[in-house]
Amino acid sequence: MTTLTPGAAGAPGSGPTPPPTLDPHADTRAMLAGTDKSRRRTDRVMTGLIVASFLVALVPLVSLTWTVVVNGIERLSPYFLTVSMRGVFGGMDAGGIYHAIIGTLLITGLATLISVPVGLFTAIYLVEYGRGALARSVTFFVDVMTGIPSIVAGLFAYALFALIFGPGVRFGAVGAVALSVLMIPVVVRSCEEMLRLVPNELREASYALGVPKWLTIVKVVLRTSVAGLGTGIMLAIARVIGETAPLLITVGVLDSINFNVFEGRMMTLPVYVYRQYSQGLVPCAPDAVDCIATINYDRAWAAALVLIALVMLLNLAGRLLTRFFAPKTR
Amino acid sequence: MTSSTSRTSAPETSPPPTSPATPRRTSRHTGDLANSAFAWTATSAGVLILLVLAAVALFLVLRAWPALTANAQELSEAVSWLPDGENLLEFVGPLVFGTLLAAALALVIAVPLSVGIALFISHYAPRRLANGLGYLIDLLAAIPSVVYGLWGALWLVPLLFPVWRWLSDTLGFIPLFAGPASDPPRVILTVAIVLAVMILPIITAVCREVFLQAPRLHEEAALAMGATRWEMVRLAVLPFGRPGIISAAMLGLGRALGETMAVLMILSPGATYSFALLLAGKHQTIAANIALQFPEANTEGVSVLIATGLALFVITLVVNMAARAIVARRKDFSGAN
Repeated sequence: MTTLTPGAAGAPGSGPTPPPTLDPHADTRAMLAGTDKSRRRTDRVMTGLIVASFLVALVPLVSLTWTVVVNGIERLSPYFLTVSMRGVFGGMDAGGIYHAIIGTLLITGLATLISVPVGLFTAIYLVEYGRGALARSVTFFVDVMTGIPSIVAGLFAYALFALIFGPGVRFGAVGAVALSVLMIPVVVRSCEEMLRLVPNELREASYALGVPKWLTIVKVVLRTSVAGLGTGIMLAIARVIGETAPLLITVGVLDSINFNVFEGRMMTLPVYVYRQYSQGLVPCAPDAVDCIATINYDRAWAAALVLIALVMLLNLAGRLLTRFFAPKTR
Repeated sequence: MTSSTSRTSAPETSPPPTSPATPRRTSRHTGDLANSAFAWTATSAGVLILLVLAAVALFLVLRAWPALTANAQELSEAVSWLPDGENLLEFVGPLVFGTLLAAALALVIAVPLSVGIALFISHYAPRRLANGLGYLIDLLAAIPSVVYGLWGALWLVPLLFPVWRWLSDTLGFIPLFAGPASDPPRVILTVAIVLAVMILPIITAVCREVFLQAPRLHEEAALAMGATRWEMVRLAVLPFGRPGIISAAMLGLGRALGETMAVLMILSPGATYSFALLLAGKHQTIAANIALQFPEANTEGVSVLIATGLALFVITLVVNMAARAIVARRKDFSGAN
């Protein structure tokens, strides 16, 4: 604080008008500008660095989007979206991702269904009710849980279900449990942060009007922070929908369609992308007509494009919902 | 100082409570019942999280136990990819090293960049543009790791080779950049760049949210006292946002430590303690190793892999606890406490 007091304080005046734009202190300002050259230089350098950091970050992001779209659009077609990989082999110009889309939607949906209530209520507990040792340990362990690597969550879900169903167990709900372990702490943390940003004055005003606590939470606290909550949950879903490693371990891979999350392996979009990538180039006979050497990579790019589109669609929906529910007073 | 800042700013940032006629229909009794039911639900959700975490730790230890207690000779006979006569600790060591190295490199690249981006969006970009840019970053935070892996392996790897070759030619005397750079550069520095790109949007999103919440009055006060924009940021925004930055970096680190797919798809694995960032076949991370070996592993193999997973779990635990210690010192500054 002390660094900025010298000289600068006199310039703007203390009038109610926006200070520096009006003219009457022109010479004072000129004097200030003269003495503050190094400060201004720092300011300019930092502005440059900050803008540059943004531009640098755009490079990989733009190139990623561009590569995925350019490489993926070629393969993408209604056919690709509506067939599975059943009976597709070698460099065959066939196969699609219908089974993977179904798997991703079902497993992520189930995970969301588990995680959002638990996460939101935990956040409410921490912010509104939590006192003493229990609240402290919940906060602490949510932090710990945030750091659980996705693959460890997968190992946990596998170990849990292997205990019940025997080793080698693989079905959709196992994956959903693994995803929930990853998703719950994200939901809790973001919701907690948002709930804490709701000023106490709002709660106190509500109590002063005789509103019971739970209704205050629902109507005032949640209502005020709904935009942030929406963003938090949205980011949580977006984070888990692309999780590959835990699903690779718990759900496995499958070439056919499976609608049942409680029985049998399933394919999911991210795992599909990985599987196609890891199958690599197809060795084609030189005179083969319907053999495409890069077919696996092509499918991987197209599936990646669909996955990204799905995520963006979800985000957009979340954003619109958020806007729709946000308090009008702002 | 921080606690007083939020108190003074609160009335300014918050809209007046417009609670529309709620009192008229709440009788005392239903309110009490609903109150306790709500409190009970919230509390049990919190307890459930503790139980889940306890279960995670318990199951990891349970499943890792056979590998932890078996003697080295038996274990390497039962598990085909475990080198002969190597005990579990000797096997996990290089993996731990690789994991930490990759995550640390990624964080070094990503954090300064993210803070810059977040500041740009929150305080530098024109207001009209800021919303759109924030939305853009939000969308990018959602790009799945497997897509980053695909992009890194098929697009970035060929592109980076000339850069790495130049780096090893000119800076090769530093052990970090010892050459010659491996040709398809499936090396840890490439991985670190992809990891940095991956954690960048998440760190940025959290930082931006926090920077936007910085007390308006403080910013205006700083500007009114003649501070330049950077000074305003340094004096009013960054101190307010520091716990947010730390927690953002923590989220990023957590993701980088446990990131599997990008590493699995890009890195050419090897188990050594090497600081040579440009050589392939020197490093491997725990997570990628698990994903690589798990589908083919037998019971003992799964046990060994879960033991390495336990090591990863412990590392992230330590990282989180350290970060938490920093955050805790800066608490008591939000609106509600």
